[in-house]
Amino acid sequence: MTRIQSHPVLGNTSERLRVPFYFDENLYEGYESETIAAALLANGVRMLRVHEESGTPRGLYCNIGHCMECRVTVNGESSVRACLTTIENNMKIYSGQQLPNPVKRMVEQE
Amino acid sequence: MIDVIVIGAGPAGLSGAIECARYGLKVTVLDEFIKPGGRLLGQLHQETSGNWWNGIKESEELHSKATSLSVDVQCGVSVHNIEKVDGHWYVHTNKGTQLTSFVLIATGAAEFPIPVPGWTLPGVMSIGAAQVMTNVHRVKVGKKGIIIGANILAFAILTELQLAGIHVDRVLLPEKSPFSQKAAIPQEVLKSLLHSAHLAPSRLLRFGSKFMNNEKLRRLGIRHYPKKGFKLNGTPFQLRKAALEIVGVNDVEGVLVADTDEEGNTIPGSEKFYEADFVCIAGGLYPLAELAAVAGCPFQFIPELGGHVPVHSEKMETPLEGLFVAGNITGIESAKIAMAQGTTAGISIANSSQKCSANIDKELQKAVHNVHNVRRGSLIHFNPDIESGRKMLKDIWSSQYEIKSSKLNNLKKGS
Repeated sequence: MTRIQSHPVLGNTSERLRVPFYFDENLYEGYESETIAAALLANGVRMLRVHEESGTPRGLYCNIGHCMECRVTVNGESSVRACLTTIENNMKIYSGQQLPNPVKRMVEQE
Repeated sequence: MIDVIVIGAGPAGLSGAIECARYGLKVTVLDEFIKPGGRLLGQLHQETSGNWWNGIKESEELHSKATSLSVDVQCGVSVHNIEKVDGHWYVHTNKGTQLTSFVLIATGAAEFPIPVPGWTLPGVMSIGAAQVMTNVHRVKVGKKGIIIGANILAFAILTELQLAGIHVDRVLLPEKSPFSQKAAIPQEVLKSLLHSAHLAPSRLLRFGSKFMNNEKLRRLGIRHYPKKGFKLNGTPFQLRKAALEIVGVNDVEGVLVADTDEEGNTIPGSEKFYEADFVCIAGGLYPLAELAAVAGCPFQFIPELGGHVPVHSEKMETPLEGLFVAGNITGIESAKIAMAQGTTAGISIANSSQKCSANIDKELQKAVHNVHNVRRGSLIHFNPDIESGRKMLKDIWSSQYEIKSSKLNNLKKGS
């Protein structure tokens, strides 16, 4: 439904192997050799993390690795760009979470 | 040891690699994307001949040509530093450090963001992001979109989105701000669009370009520009509307828009909300040149070329021995020019190495001429003053750098 299977110039997409993966412990399915960002978007998932300090939602922005907005944690490795990383069988991906900012809280209290 | 490391597997990088390999050099190409082609991958447009320029096919052809010449193309490799130690270049990547005699930096361009309030919401993306998602990944970016920013790239990608059946509701300008600058002023936007109007997707713009080059008529045209906008292939281009804010909680729900006057100032009380589930920001392109900077290459700020560019000659050499550049890092132009520059850089590198053939000087001259020819023959100019920008840099090179490097060579020969 969210994929562009047929295209008047580029033609139809070829058959691809389905690949299961996890995002925040939920099971999804994408296609072999597609990026995390593309596979999640095809599944209707746009929020990839929240801003570390403010907690506001973030998704992909530039889609080619320049902006660092789509960083997620992949199999334990943090700050991995979802737009440059391909999904793998049973890959465990976690969205970025809000982090404590004790220094700012201290300043606010003063 | 590798003779040449090319950074970037786009049209410039692959063309450069192919040329180096033809002269017998051992070449590795590094690129951080999942497949070779760079920005060329997303390109899809019909040329005046009626043929389609299919970036995916062009990329595949370049890639297979390179691999047939034993070029090692490595994807998923990010370069974060290059430095010269004891006459060798060390290229530092996320997969370790590689050693080489020559480096060709062909990192291309990045997009200027326009920070419209709400631009960090999921569902807001650069226009190039939508292009890659549509043509390369073949995933729909949404059901109904709004493009903020009206430039040649935005309209080229609008056509590509329409071709793939993605509904774009309207194209409008960003609100006037220190960030949006000329992109928010209807007069300026029209002026820059009209320079490339001969390839405009609408008959109206093509017709308009004939008389709109006159400033008075242009002002008149903007004053009477219909609020609803003119339709481009079904999508209204609203020159006199500006995006005030992208609205949403967890992702994009729509855009708050106001009418503007001829100078782009918003008219109070004219605010209106338009629903959308995705927004593309089109701020234009700038040369992606950080690696040349960390390598120590001097820069020049030349707006006609898209901003700060590493100093280079027409032979694509930089003042740093063994460091070459090609493609959009040298100025924002089309893929065909990037290819011609890549070829030139490749011959230059071969010329600087020991492995040059007898008539290589002639070949190099031919390649430099070819860049000029391709430029003259090209329909799309991202910047109408590209030729003067190129000339400016050429003059800077010949007056400040060329003499120095030839003197240096003479000194070396003498010692």
